[in-house]
Amino acid sequence: MAKNLYQKVWDEHTVGTLQDGRTQLFIGTHLIHEVTSPQAFGMLRDLDLKVKYPKRTFATVDHIVPTDNQQRPFADPLADAMITELRKNADEFGITYFDLASGMQGIVHVVGPEQGITQPGTTIACGDSHTATHGAFGAIAFGIGTTQVRDVLATQTIAMEKLKVRRINVDGELSPGVYAKDVALHIIRLLGANGGIGYAYEYGGSIFDGFTMEERMTVCNMSIEGGARCGYVNPDETTFNFLKNRPYSPKDTEWDEAVSGWQAYASDADAEYDDVVNINAADIEPTVTWGISPDQGIAISESIPDPAEANNEVERASIDEALEYMKLPAGAPVKGTHVDVAFIGSCTNGRLSDFREVAKYLKGRKVAEGVKALAVPGSQITAVICKKEGLDQIFMDAGFEWREAGCSMCLAMNPDKLQGDQLCASSSNRNFKGRQGSPTGRTVLMSPLMVAAAAIEGEIADAREVFSVN
Amino acid sequence: MSISSITQVSGTGVYIPGADIDTDRIIPARYLRCVTFDDLAEGLFRDVRTDPEGNTLNHALDDPKFQGASIMLSGPNFGCGSSREHAPQAIRRAGFNAVIAESFAEIFFGNSTGLGMPCVCATADEIKALGAAVEANPQLEVSIDLESMTASYGETTIKVTMPASAREALMSARWDPIQELLDNSDAIKSCGEALPYV
Repeated sequence: MAKNLYQKVWDEHTVGTLQDGRTQLFIGTHLIHEVTSPQAFGMLRDLDLKVKYPKRTFATVDHIVPTDNQQRPFADPLADAMITELRKNADEFGITYFDLASGMQGIVHVVGPEQGITQPGTTIACGDSHTATHGAFGAIAFGIGTTQVRDVLATQTIAMEKLKVRRINVDGELSPGVYAKDVALHIIRLLGANGGIGYAYEYGGSIFDGFTMEERMTVCNMSIEGGARCGYVNPDETTFNFLKNRPYSPKDTEWDEAVSGWQAYASDADAEYDDVVNINAADIEPTVTWGISPDQGIAISESIPDPAEANNEVERASIDEALEYMKLPAGAPVKGTHVDVAFIGSCTNGRLSDFREVAKYLKGRKVAEGVKALAVPGSQITAVICKKEGLDQIFMDAGFEWREAGCSMCLAMNPDKLQGDQLCASSSNRNFKGRQGSPTGRTVLMSPLMVAAAAIEGEIADAREVFSVN
Repeated sequence: MSISSITQVSGTGVYIPGADIDTDRIIPARYLRCVTFDDLAEGLFRDVRTDPEGNTLNHALDDPKFQGASIMLSGPNFGCGSSREHAPQAIRRAGFNAVIAESFAEIFFGNSTGLGMPCVCATADEIKALGAAVEANPQLEVSIDLESMTASYGETTIKVTMPASAREALMSARWDPIQELLDNSDAIKSCGEALPYV
């Protein structure tokens, strides 16, 4: 019978059926970080259990690391306690840990692919909702809670209910200045922040076929913002070329065998789906959010919604709540909204290609007076390559602060925070109330180049005009 | 390990209306700077309860008449966003034993089930009516019964829903699956051995 990738990987990783009807699923790769793992190790000790597959468990530190001064102990004693705990746990249980001194540290969803740990046909779990990023490689990857981190540490399995699969085709051509981030924001706007509950998203069509791995990662990363716990792209030559010669990729004679195995995981041509959505790439414009949920997005040419024009009471209340928090005028163009902070980074858009693309246009330009602009590479390796290519200098010459690798202002668990009701043009993934560290801080999500345009203009702008993209 | 079956949950309620209430709102990220879950109740909905200067924002959770509430009521897509188990842990540690909402984000739902905290769904109108009843009479006893999949208060009984596996796990005292997962170690071994990359 024809199967899609999700079904193939699910079947191969099924250990059995639990008494409550859930599947016991084998997790081939477990990624851990400092925020959601310490309590899981505590539970493991309480139960007198060991890590079952330490060699399939990989750790790094990302959420709490300061991006300016990384001297230990950190200024924040709580953050320092967390990184100390991770070191202790990694040592005690024999887990590979890409720490700050390794030269390989970074955001867990940047590190996995970079190291070649993320591979097609695998299951990947991590105590982090953006784990779907790894689905770009044709893996079934999803976020789990801390008690489930315990389950994976102790048994390399979790109890899970099988998801339905929705195929999302994006076909046609993207106009210049429209990026993977815009595709992600467009999909979420179309299907809603809860549209994906109960589904895995399979992304396909000519746009995904033509995307680089980094572009695929950007879209898979934001699956959870559309409610889908996991999202993936079928593996192909682009996937294999990316993985070739990575530290953890199969080597020598094993490589060809691995590739033919990986190819077999791709969805069969006649595979069936629980739902199919078709999107015309030409309909996608540079997209920005205007509210407090990632599905509250509009094209840069559009105006901020007016509650008076809402279709129903629920929609009106939600527009009202968002505009009150965002302090934005109903019905006004979003273009021209004053910006205080610009942030380029995160597991969504903190990869090498993001900095390369922005640097192409940033040369010779200056960040507007009064705007604080931060560029935070997703990993130490990304940072090293950026430096080698002189990209860091281009950002600094333009007036960006060039920082060390980490999650930084995406969720502001480190010292990088908005102040008061500052408005941030951000390449990250969530515009929730208070997300960027200030309870009244405001986030507008967009592509990295749109963030750069906002930084230069001091207001939300159309990057295509600011940089003459055509 | 003691684990009990959960069939009925009852107590007084508190209504926290709104759509897409995310886990950052339930527990702001700065409260995640910890290595145990012990002190999380303090962070529960913190930034909608007090302003940055520490002044109260008169949130329902701080209203004396709802003190002691153990059933939380809310809107659609409750618990969306981050996978942080800190969110249901904070709700639990603040004294709540169940949540009734229009719908739940998946990871939050799974995390809550794993803590033995049932999350059941009702329609928007039903929750609105239940919320109004709780507002009118904060001492009103709200009762969730997983056997009949209903919630009752006063003279009213409504149907609630929940995935069958979670219901079964709660009722049969298997909501913490660790023992059953451990028991299948032979099957785990053979599954792992058959995978080319493990």
